[in-house]
Amino acid sequence: MNLIDQAFARLKAEGRTALIPFLTVGDPDLSTTLAIIKQLEQSGADMIELGVPYSDPLADGPVIQRASERALRSQITLLDCIELAAQVREAGVKMPLILFTYYNPVLQFGLKPFFELVKSKGISGLIIPDLPIEEDEEVRALSEAYDIHLIPLVAPTSNDRVARITSKARGFIYCVSSLGVTGVRSDFHTGIDQFLATVKASTDLPIGIGFGISSREQVERFEGQCDAVIVGSAIVRKIEEAIPLLENEETRAQGLAAIGEFVASLKG
Amino acid sequence: MIQVPDVNGRFGKFGGRYVPETLMNALLELEEAYAHYSKAPDFQAEVRELLYKYSGRPTSLYYAKRLSEHLGGAKVYLKREDLNHTGAHKINNTIGQGVLAKRMGKTKIIAETGAGQHGVASATIAALLGLECKVFMGEEDMKRQQLNVFRMNLLGSEVVPVTSGTRTLKDACNETLRYWVSHVDDTFYILGSVTGPHPYPMMVRDFQRIIGDEAREQILKEEGRLPDYVVAAVGGGSNAMGIFYPFVGDEGVKLLGVEAAGRGVETEEHAATMTKGRHGVFQGSLSYVLQDQYGQVQPAHSISAGLDYPGIGPEHAYLKDSGRADYVPITDAEALEALQLLSRTEGIIPALESAHAIAQTLKLAPTLGKDQVVVVSLSGRGDKDVEAIMGYLGGQS
Repeated sequence: MNLIDQAFARLKAEGRTALIPFLTVGDPDLSTTLAIIKQLEQSGADMIELGVPYSDPLADGPVIQRASERALRSQITLLDCIELAAQVREAGVKMPLILFTYYNPVLQFGLKPFFELVKSKGISGLIIPDLPIEEDEEVRALSEAYDIHLIPLVAPTSNDRVARITSKARGFIYCVSSLGVTGVRSDFHTGIDQFLATVKASTDLPIGIGFGISSREQVERFEGQCDAVIVGSAIVRKIEEAIPLLENEETRAQGLAAIGEFVASLKG
Repeated sequence: MIQVPDVNGRFGKFGGRYVPETLMNALLELEEAYAHYSKAPDFQAEVRELLYKYSGRPTSLYYAKRLSEHLGGAKVYLKREDLNHTGAHKINNTIGQGVLAKRMGKTKIIAETGAGQHGVASATIAALLGLECKVFMGEEDMKRQQLNVFRMNLLGSEVVPVTSGTRTLKDACNETLRYWVSHVDDTFYILGSVTGPHPYPMMVRDFQRIIGDEAREQILKEEGRLPDYVVAAVGGGSNAMGIFYPFVGDEGVKLLGVEAAGRGVETEEHAATMTKGRHGVFQGSLSYVLQDQYGQVQPAHSISAGLDYPGIGPEHAYLKDSGRADYVPITDAEALEALQLLSRTEGIIPALESAHAIAQTLKLAPTLGKDQVVVVSLSGRGDKDVEAIMGYLGGQS
């Protein structure tokens, strides 16, 4: 059984909502990313999204764009990101790992070698934000063959596409909270509750919400309606703020603690 | 002839819609509206009226006699898109999309721009149609093209500086798409080339094909025959696609796209997407892309800002891989030389983009017989580049 399914089954039994943080791999470097992931699990993360840095991140706002730029300056590749997953496991991290990557790096890597490697390094899920259902046939077939859940995005504007998207989905459904790119925001799409209800009604899979969620209040707002809450930019910003601490051996623990406290505060 | 694209926006394997789900609804809405209006006679009439009475079409197909004699080979004809209002072919497309925006009930338009030509053409049409307009432009490009920034402001548009990534055209495109996602209700994105997700490559081609439709009719009238070659510069590829498209079914007509080799295809500084790029997904479609081995898109370089782009429209990729069109690189230096030659022999200062097509013609025409005919897309006038050219030539011409 896929680790993502196991995690949701356990959370459901415990009556809890999953907290899924996102970070950009290699921001600011690979060993720090590994340390942050360990910290995130200790602070209550239930799964994690490993963001692959990309030169043209269309779905992302300025915070994650900057993280991508930082990671690319150290020439982090898709291969580095996948291999980090194995190190994460060796370091004792148990939570499911979800790879978040734009399509072109995957295409250049080669689809089959990509899935072989992803499978062998212990990654359980995959989010490709620029691969809508119209374009995902080949990737979907491979993801099913390798039991790597291809987690789709649905948007408040998906309308009659919702059922088409959720009927093919695995793992969970990633509901986009509002129109726009990733990043902290104070208000969500009007009609968000109706949107979530529509998605929920269309599937037996868990539903998660993301884009712009940054505080305990916002997490709480969605806890009853959603099975998972994804927090990206807010955590990446915390990492960005902590970089001076993280890069200095003497203050590294302090930097990690600051990130951990923030994640713990989201859990409430 | 197979009609492309198919219903999924595919030109063979190229094209498609590689965008976040948040954009899909807007693209489907656009596709539906375009399918409807492109068949509506009153829509076509309105576009045509603006093309003819406002922009000054048809543009002439001019026999460049002195240049042809100088080259001592084929007869060279120039399709004078430089004579359009705002000085380039870009307005053909902004008129079409502007009228479509209005029909769709959108009150605001957005556009990306590199050097500012598409931005100025969008700002122009926004003023004409009474639409609010924001143009996204890389901060680097804004510094290099202050005059065009001012021009857009003068036309009543806001120019939004883009500070992400390379701060040039590629990132201006990204930022425009990002902005569009959150403003789709009232905003129409006027994309400037035959690039991006479906239906843009098809729609922009359709609005630009008037270049080729006219040129085909004009050359038949002038010469009583079709040309041996049609030559055009390609960045994203809109003027080239516009002039090529009506000739695609004419098997004897060779189609030659000219891309920017910058400082040379053997260097790191070029925009030779076809020569040096590989198949990849970039800004919404599968095509050729300048990228590193890991799939990160590489910055492009060209003396011509309009060709300074690491991607190319998917229909060009289709024409290349099917063998219907060839694509060749021309360096900055070759383009500059061609620009000076055309200026002196014909009294026409071409845009740096168009100078690439001229430079290829300088190589091609002498190899052909005097009974052969080459049609070149002179996509824009060089006024916008005069200051830059002065810099490159050190004030010497």
